Amino acid sequence: MKKIWIAAGLACALTLAGCGGGDKPAPKSDAAATPAAGGAGAVPDEANGATITGKVIFDGTKPAPKTLDMSAVPACMNAHKTPAKSEEVVVNDNGTVKNAFVWIKSGLPANTTWQVPSTAVTLTQEGCMYTPHVIGVMAGQNVDIKNADPTNHNIHPMPANNPDFNQSQPPGSGDIDHSFAREEVLVPVKCNIHPWMRAYIGVVSNPFFAVTGDDGTFTIKGLPPGTYTIEVVHEKYGPQDQQITVGAKDSKTQDFTIKG
Amino acid sequence: MCALALVAAGGLATSNDAALSVPDWPLSLGRLVPPLEGGIRYEFAHRVLAALVALLAGVQAFRTQARELRRWMRALAWWTLGAVLAQAVLGGVLVKLVDPKVLAIAHASLAQICFGLTVAVAAGHYPIHIAGKSLAPRLAVAALFVQTVLGAAVRHNAIGLASHIAGAIVAAAVVMWASMAILMQYMDDDKMRRPAVILLSLTAAQIFSGFAAYTAGAVTADAPQPMPLMIWATVAHVVVGALVFGAAIMLAMSVGNSR
Repeated sequence: MKKIWIAAGLACALTLAGCGGGDKPAPKSDAAATPAAGGAGAVPDEANGATITGKVIFDGTKPAPKTLDMSAVPACMNAHKTPAKSEEVVVNDNGTVKNAFVWIKSGLPANTTWQVPSTAVTLTQEGCMYTPHVIGVMAGQNVDIKNADPTNHNIHPMPANNPDFNQSQPPGSGDIDHSFAREEVLVPVKCNIHPWMRAYIGVVSNPFFAVTGDDGTFTIKGLPPGTYTIEVVHEKYGPQDQQITVGAKDSKTQDFTIKG
Repeated sequence: MCALALVAAGGLATSNDAALSVPDWPLSLGRLVPPLEGGIRYEFAHRVLAALVALLAGVQAFRTQARELRRWMRALAWWTLGAVLAQAVLGGVLVKLVDPKVLAIAHASLAQICFGLTVAVAAGHYPIHIAGKSLAPRLAVAALFVQTVLGAAVRHNAIGLASHIAGAIVAAAVVMWASMAILMQYMDDDKMRRPAVILLSLTAAQIFSGFAAYTAGAVTADAPQPMPLMIWATVAHVVVGALVFGAAIMLAMSVGNSR
């Protein structure tokens, strides 16, 4: 009997130990990989560096966008005049791919630390959708997360190489700032309250990245001369690499083709 | 019944990808009752049922302590309460640590243990005495628990489906071994056959529901959000799995039971 009471007491103590709010874990930081935002570091030399432009082309039948079922949350459904569509695969009218993340994966000078911008990249929850669907940030750069909806959201990135994070954001509350300490392409972001919500964050240790838009093109400026691996990553179709060599003030084109 | 409803609620929370819709614990979005929208409904219902089950387990433990003469029954009731409380704390830790796979699997596995203990206490109040060897029924309980752990691992993407299918074959074989002996021994006695018939029937239903859950998942794999077909097929599989486990415990407690 005595043992049972001791066990019950331990269980209660454990329960009380669990009390408290949803503290987010402090992200680990590796000083060598994550210079402080706005601190010292190299910046792209757009005047003398090379520029790579290109487009991401879709090869195949243009997939029909899937309709999202927001009926469980009227506040979300009412925010759209027509039913919202999934942004998993968006093929533009010109046959290019929107929301493809393009970055310089390797080839940059090994001993260069790139300056992390002090300005944040904004990710907005509006109409129970993330805008933009894909963003790029440098490791250590803030993502400024806004809730523009009259409903609760929870911000739940699911990184593989960075600490986990999950925080609620009530309507009308302030912005949430979060940064990722380590490079990771792509970090999925979801909301567990609205399971159709998806965004992706490309976290890169250099400033040479871009996301394709409505015209399917990308531009990366200020690259030092050298030979690089340039990669396009799509949330459904995965990564694709190409090699490219640029000289000072070069302007080169590198297209990618994604097979549907 | 409440314990089974709690298992279903947990399955709904997982299948709707809502387990982390409430990032804090033990409060819910800083309140006792959060806004019941979207996935929050599933997670909060799960927490409410968990509190109810804990309360009932506490009442059961104290009542059994006061009224039950059999020492093993008193211990079983307290173990049930302890397991339910540990499960609640584990759920809270899961939320705080943002659902690491190992803890999610542990939470699902401990849920099965909690349900099994609840069934054991209930079965202890209505003992059935079936002559026979208890090894096979006890092995059936063990095999079904291992299958639960494998199923949880699959559900949380820790392992592939092959292990769970292999486990199903082994568990089904052990269940048949345990049940057929009883059925052959008591061919004309429905009362004695009943626990084995129930176990076999539920096992068959579980195999069918597993196939249905797999098919529903495959058919809706490309959907942008969890689809009702997949949700309900998977939750049914989880609930029937709990019932199978409970039925195996009842059979194991009945066979060779001289108490």
